[in-house]
Amino acid sequence: MLGKLSWAAIPLDQPIPLIASGMVGLVIIGVLAWVTLKGWFPYLWREWITSVDHKRIGIMYILLAMVMLLRGFSDAIMMRSQQALAFQSPGYLPPEHYNQIFTAHGTLMIFFVAMPFVIGLMNFVVPLQLGVRDVAFPTLNSVGFWLTATGALLVNISLVVGEFSRAGWLPYPPYSELIYSPGVGVDYYLWSIEISGAGTLLAAINLVTTVLKLHAPGMTYTRMPMFCWTTLATSLLIVAAFPILTATLAMLVLDRYLGFHFFTNEAGGNQMMFVNLIWAFGHPEVYILVLPAFGVFSEVVSTFSGKPLFGYRSMVAATMAICILSYTVWLHHFFTMGAGANVNAIFGIASMIIAVPTGVKIFNWLFTMYGGRVVYSTPLLWSLGFMVTFVIGGMTGVLLAVPPADFVLHESLFQVAHFHNVIIGGVLFGAFAGYTYWFPKAFGFRLHEGLGKASFWCWITGFYFAFMPLYVLGLMGMTRRMQHYDVAAWHPWLLIAAGGAALILLGIGLQIAQLAVSIRRREQLRDETGDPWNGRSLEWATPSPPPDFNFAVLPNIQAAEAYWGMKQHVLKQARLDAEPAYADIEMPRNSPTGFVCAFFATIMGFALIWHIWWMVGLAALGAYATFVVFAWRDVDEYIVPAEAVARIDRANRGARSEALARRQAAP
Amino acid sequence: MKTLDQPQQSRLGAPSRADSHRKPDEPPDKTGPLRCLRSVNARAARCAVFMAPIVLTACQPAVLDPQGPVGLAQKSILIDSLAIMLAIVIPTIAATFAVAWWFRASNMRARYLPDWVFSGRIELVTWSIPLLTIMLLGGVAWIGSHDLDPAKPLPSNTPPLEVQVVSLDWKWLFIYPGQRVASVNQLVVPTGLPVHFSLTSASVMNIFFVPQLGTMIYTMNGMRTQLNLQADAPGTFRGLSAHFSGDGFPDMHFDVLAVPAERFAAWIEATRNTGPTLDSGSYAELAMQSINTHPFTFRAADPELFQQIVTQKLPPGPGPRTGRPHPSVSPRTED
Repeated sequence: MLGKLSWAAIPLDQPIPLIASGMVGLVIIGVLAWVTLKGWFPYLWREWITSVDHKRIGIMYILLAMVMLLRGFSDAIMMRSQQALAFQSPGYLPPEHYNQIFTAHGTLMIFFVAMPFVIGLMNFVVPLQLGVRDVAFPTLNSVGFWLTATGALLVNISLVVGEFSRAGWLPYPPYSELIYSPGVGVDYYLWSIEISGAGTLLAAINLVTTVLKLHAPGMTYTRMPMFCWTTLATSLLIVAAFPILTATLAMLVLDRYLGFHFFTNEAGGNQMMFVNLIWAFGHPEVYILVLPAFGVFSEVVSTFSGKPLFGYRSMVAATMAICILSYTVWLHHFFTMGAGANVNAIFGIASMIIAVPTGVKIFNWLFTMYGGRVVYSTPLLWSLGFMVTFVIGGMTGVLLAVPPADFVLHESLFQVAHFHNVIIGGVLFGAFAGYTYWFPKAFGFRLHEGLGKASFWCWITGFYFAFMPLYVLGLMGMTRRMQHYDVAAWHPWLLIAAGGAALILLGIGLQIAQLAVSIRRREQLRDETGDPWNGRSLEWATPSPPPDFNFAVLPNIQAAEAYWGMKQHVLKQARLDAEPAYADIEMPRNSPTGFVCAFFATIMGFALIWHIWWMVGLAALGAYATFVVFAWRDVDEYIVPAEAVARIDRANRGARSEALARRQAAP
Repeated sequence: MKTLDQPQQSRLGAPSRADSHRKPDEPPDKTGPLRCLRSVNARAARCAVFMAPIVLTACQPAVLDPQGPVGLAQKSILIDSLAIMLAIVIPTIAATFAVAWWFRASNMRARYLPDWVFSGRIELVTWSIPLLTIMLLGGVAWIGSHDLDPAKPLPSNTPPLEVQVVSLDWKWLFIYPGQRVASVNQLVVPTGLPVHFSLTSASVMNIFFVPQLGTMIYTMNGMRTQLNLQADAPGTFRGLSAHFSGDGFPDMHFDVLAVPAERFAAWIEATRNTGPTLDSGSYAELAMQSINTHPFTFRAADPELFQQIVTQKLPPGPGPRTGRPHPSVSPRTED
């Protein structure tokens, strides 16, 4: 009746996950109780859960990423403390638990922190920057988000029911095959990633279509802000790379569920094919993550230098070059698998070539600051921290691209240090810069600067203390994923690394404090005009937070840096342009389709993991029925009357007029 | 930092390195067959220790203290590549700080160029600098990949020593087909002579890696990879699996004893006189999962065994058999 599932599947012998999940459970119950007592359910359902507004979906993506960051970081703290303790000792985490933790850490941080964070930012910002009212497929957008949430939920259910995978964030066979990993852990991994991967693909299809097809009048490609270009590049990469991931994992699913032999030891299976395919996805994946971050830095550096981006065309060329080159380098993840010298050398050189457009980007940000008036706001600090840190990470990356160097550093902590150097220093710093930069646009008030800066300093020093020792350890021959070790010389470095992790913990604590303090002091931090940073692109032309329809009247774009141009024009004539003629606006209706689909997907994933076949069938039927009901809808839009549009726009125009008057009055 | 003498002492009778964290009433190793094998082999192990030079090099960090031609070449490539890149990375970082600081909004002496957005000359330079660096480094990579191809024989007048390596759950088997002996979790090689390794796996992927000798290589079931290494001077070097392979992975390390040729011959002689034989029967026992297996040797080894593993005439190792509540929910090695 319930497949493999029984009460015994709850790991009562492992107190740590039980206590952790118990606490999470209490928090969830507490939040639900609070929401019920306050009577907020109808509001949440109407305004958020069923919302198809790209801004709200973007915010929910980022919220998901931040909650999962806490979970993934708890795993990191446990790994660092285990390795700090496990010198000639078993430490406090037995292997079967430690191995789940590093797998969960990698899976969560890549698929449920970095991905939703960058997708959230793109979702929120891109339609605003393009001067349009929404993404191309609003309901699909909601489905994509909720499927991502399903994946995250399944990973977290594995804490209490059964176990998570122990095979690493990319589950190499034959270890991940049924014979060596017969438990439900790998299945949890597979179905989480299959379901959330489908969601990510939907999000990317939506964004590609939006950037290519939806523009305000006059918004040509070469007038698009840099962030839109990086969104286009990233979304193209997702559209091409995620199907490889889905197909490869589907083959592993067939091996595990139906006795196929794609990657098994026996019957002609080929484990190297898995490695080949998974990295054909995996290498583009790192550029999927970092390109949007590059876009954020381009916006932030330009805004806070008071200058347009230097070498815009060069930056576009570099972005698209990275987009294409990222498909030509995947073999550098397995130079040590015994491919011939020519193959290794060619892929090594191809990998190095990516450093060229990346280097160009660094220089162009540098020249953007040159001749500017650099304001040291929190987003700019994250950007500067990125430029310095990423150059170091890029350098060690190119070093690993030299095959003979990789022969002694592959799978070592040197490699771990390298990819944390680029993912934390690149993606995460970019995400935090974007979060601070666009927060006032999303909520109408700025984040507290002092706490933001304090958090930045904790993060960056913590990062250097946590990861520079890992470079040294890699050179000492320490490999990754060690549950314990007996080499005395490694121990002091691992203690330093644990100290670094503690500093990062402090940084995260300060970020939470920053959010709490900023909410309490929102009236002082209020953004009245919608343009708190003296911005240059169109999102700053809208009120903060923007209304559902974004723009009262679609802007007419005359040049690059659309909003900067409009602002200069207004400053010159010393008054706002005449009020436009407002008209009714058609907007897509909210729909529970995404949430209901994801509800059934969660049940289906859980049932597949535990071999509860009747439940799989029912849930699949439910998801299909949801789709049919949605497809049969009669009304899919509603009208925002012209008066409502006028009221909202006039309020914002009033605030902007006042700001203009204040500026004129100032000496 | 002579950290490596710990295992040495353990073989001389002190409590073993990992036994210290087991409960006293537990047997030191749960795999019955292997425990028997080990007691039989205590003498052989002691013999190896007797022979191994206790002189350990001050050997950290291992990758930067190579003890053979392959590792030496890799160290110089590592340092050269780093030097080439630092030549542009350090100025870039310095320039970032300098520009960001000089053009701070409060510095009234800095020029404000709000419309300066393009310069053909600067674009040319920004594309050329990384390009030139990469061309130089690409040359290093191309030449290095060919010179240090793992399958390429090392220059020598004498034919290399053949060693066959099998990674098992979770230990290493080294077969000397020419000498018809074998050892587990201990590799003895003569100094100054190239060693040609043929490698495979009995179960899951692993990586054979001796940091102080250089190049690592994957081991995979049903496949054979090759590696050529050489130890120049006597010493004991740590070898390990560099690719995660399951619960016993952290204990999957071994000592490489590099000894002069005559001592190597003596070791072979001593090994032939004691210990069990390695054939398909004892291999099947060895292929069972076990953690923290102590080093021991086989008096005789079937020279065809490796080929039978590679061609899967001997089936791949079995996976876990116990779990809570069942292996199909959560396999556990300790039960």
